[in-house]
Amino acid sequence: MTLPPVAQHALEAFVVLNAVILMVTYVTLLERKFAARMQSRIGPYYVGRPHGWLQPIADALKLMIKEDIVPAAADRGVYNLAPVVFLVPCMLIFATIPFAPALGVADLGIGVLFFLAVSSLEIVGLFMGGWGSNNKYALLSAMRAVNQIISYDLPFVFAALVPVVLAGSLQMSVIVAAQQGLWFAFYPVIGQLAFLAYLVATLAAENRVPFDILEAESELVAGFRVEYSGMKFALIQLGEYAHMLGTSFLGALLFLGGWLGPGPAWLGPLWFLGKALLVFLVVTWVRWSFVRIRVDQILAISWKLLLPATLVLLLATGLVVATRGAGGV
Amino acid sequence: MPDTQVRQTVEVGYGGNERLMMNMGPQHPSSHGVFRMILTLEGETVVGVDAVIGYLHRCHEKLGETLTYVQYPSIASKTDYVAAMTSELAYVSAVEKVAKIDVPRRAQYLRVVAAELQRIASHCLWLGTWCLDMGGALGGGATVFLYCIRERELVLDRLEELTGARLLYGFHQVGGTRYDIPAGWDVKVRETVDFIERRIDEYEAMLGANAFFLARTQGVGVISRELAQAVGVSGPLIRGSGVNYDVRRAEPYSSYGDFDFVVPVETAGDCYARYRVRMVEFRQSIRIVRQALEGLPEGPISSRPGVKSVGQVRVPKGEGYARVEGARGEVGCYLVSDGGPKPYRMKWRGASFSNLAVLPHIVPGHKVADVVAIMGSVDPVFGEVDR
Repeated sequence: MTLPPVAQHALEAFVVLNAVILMVTYVTLLERKFAARMQSRIGPYYVGRPHGWLQPIADALKLMIKEDIVPAAADRGVYNLAPVVFLVPCMLIFATIPFAPALGVADLGIGVLFFLAVSSLEIVGLFMGGWGSNNKYALLSAMRAVNQIISYDLPFVFAALVPVVLAGSLQMSVIVAAQQGLWFAFYPVIGQLAFLAYLVATLAAENRVPFDILEAESELVAGFRVEYSGMKFALIQLGEYAHMLGTSFLGALLFLGGWLGPGPAWLGPLWFLGKALLVFLVVTWVRWSFVRIRVDQILAISWKLLLPATLVLLLATGLVVATRGAGGV
Repeated sequence: MPDTQVRQTVEVGYGGNERLMMNMGPQHPSSHGVFRMILTLEGETVVGVDAVIGYLHRCHEKLGETLTYVQYPSIASKTDYVAAMTSELAYVSAVEKVAKIDVPRRAQYLRVVAAELQRIASHCLWLGTWCLDMGGALGGGATVFLYCIRERELVLDRLEELTGARLLYGFHQVGGTRYDIPAGWDVKVRETVDFIERRIDEYEAMLGANAFFLARTQGVGVISRELAQAVGVSGPLIRGSGVNYDVRRAEPYSSYGDFDFVVPVETAGDCYARYRVRMVEFRQSIRIVRQALEGLPEGPISSRPGVKSVGQVRVPKGEGYARVEGARGEVGCYLVSDGGPKPYRMKWRGASFSNLAVLPHIVPGHKVADVVAIMGSVDPVFGEVDR
């Protein structure tokens, strides 16, 4: 039986969307368990013994049945729309990620570009939320968000472009194929530095400690989502974790060879998932070890260090590829 | 410094056209209780701050006039509930001073042990909550917080074995202490402080060389030596600003003269200097606990008979001021007696209250994020501020 292309894409999108939501749900449990071990705690345990297997479900259910509060002074339209505007790009980034050769929604020729472009759209929803809440904490957080995301998108893009230049293609499957011999994370000097820069920029792009000034609950209570409750809050959380997972997958694709690994081909998606979770856990590890830095220090790190460094790195990569002769594959 | 000058806003060369007034508190994740700061912001920069206190006022000084000398010590612990031992000690010291009651040497040593253990517990909470302020409940700050709470728990266990209570003890009474140490307690305390000393090494390893921690604390919230003296801050704040002042050394009470310890002094006056001072104080407290347990004299634990009625202690007419070095600075109690079983008038000198007064002088000009870092380094307890 062959489905018409539209129906087939819809089906694929449906499966991927639900898989992503399921993964995001359980990634929160993973993070909580991981953080708990770091802090010599046990973490979630009682809901779904042992080790809280049902905790994410319970959390989701709780958020769904919570009262939805809209502040009286909020800009209702903007306020209600913001979680959706925030969530959609965070989910959309999974459209271009192939989970194995020919296993994904769309392996676009401009996959990396699409990913980078869409993932930076989340700032629109974020700012809408901060502005529409009509709350000073939320507004300060939204202003910080714009500052930070503009500052860190550039180094993020430059770091992500290093593997693209090395592989000579924007298509994700081609980039993975180019890493057959050597993962780009281990490519002498430029690959290694680019991977480091990617991790740092990821921390900032995902608003994780030490760059979590948007949320900054000890200063801004909960930042741009301080007024959100119930399902809208759940959507924002979902978007945030989806974005984080998406960048982890991209990191695994660009630098850690995606689904490449020993064993039969059907192990590929598992390798890929494992590598993405590794990136995720490194980010989590950093998150639970450092204190947050200040907004001016964050901007200084980006504009004075990370941006010039990644720019030079990208130029160096270009030089290497040019002297190597043939570009990429 | 005159009050009007405090309320002035600083000039930061702001290009925008609108100032934002923001209420931080009384209910806020990093208000350390109930404290309200009305911040005037120009962008991210704080240009003016108005501190509002009084949300936790419980008429403690009036209460002191209605309760007898036997009853009040267990209430005194509720002023500074994070370091209850030292506020109890301040009250009974004041009573003993006015009534000229001697305290047996064993009781003095026990008071020292209790006070220093309390300082360790209080500093654990300070480090944890401060890092929580800077690092966030969903970040490395929470990690440090949970580590510190874990160690504080051990100290509270020891204090529970000593007094039966974990937070508000009622350990001191006029003329001595209420309880003697249980069998084997000194060994347990030695093990606990040995363990905590190793853990303090871990904290310093985690924070001392951490670039992010240094970036948040160095050069932030500088209290100059002159400002510290003019405002009248005490404790780790004034020692962090280069003034060598510690009540335990300046005016030894409860046989503190017998012990060998160092008063740490840092000259920078910033948050990091205060962190350094408190980290040394941790170790010095451990040192004093060890010495006090080592040289614990035999003898009675109180110069007065056990409590049989609430009006038992009568103090001759007179007045006096006693001060002790609490975890947050100088805790003083001023007492006026008219010869009855209750004080005629009682006044607290809360360390947190005087330390908090420095906030409007040092906060303007900093970023919003620094406000919580400075607040945490001042380490106020609002039970003591508002009383």
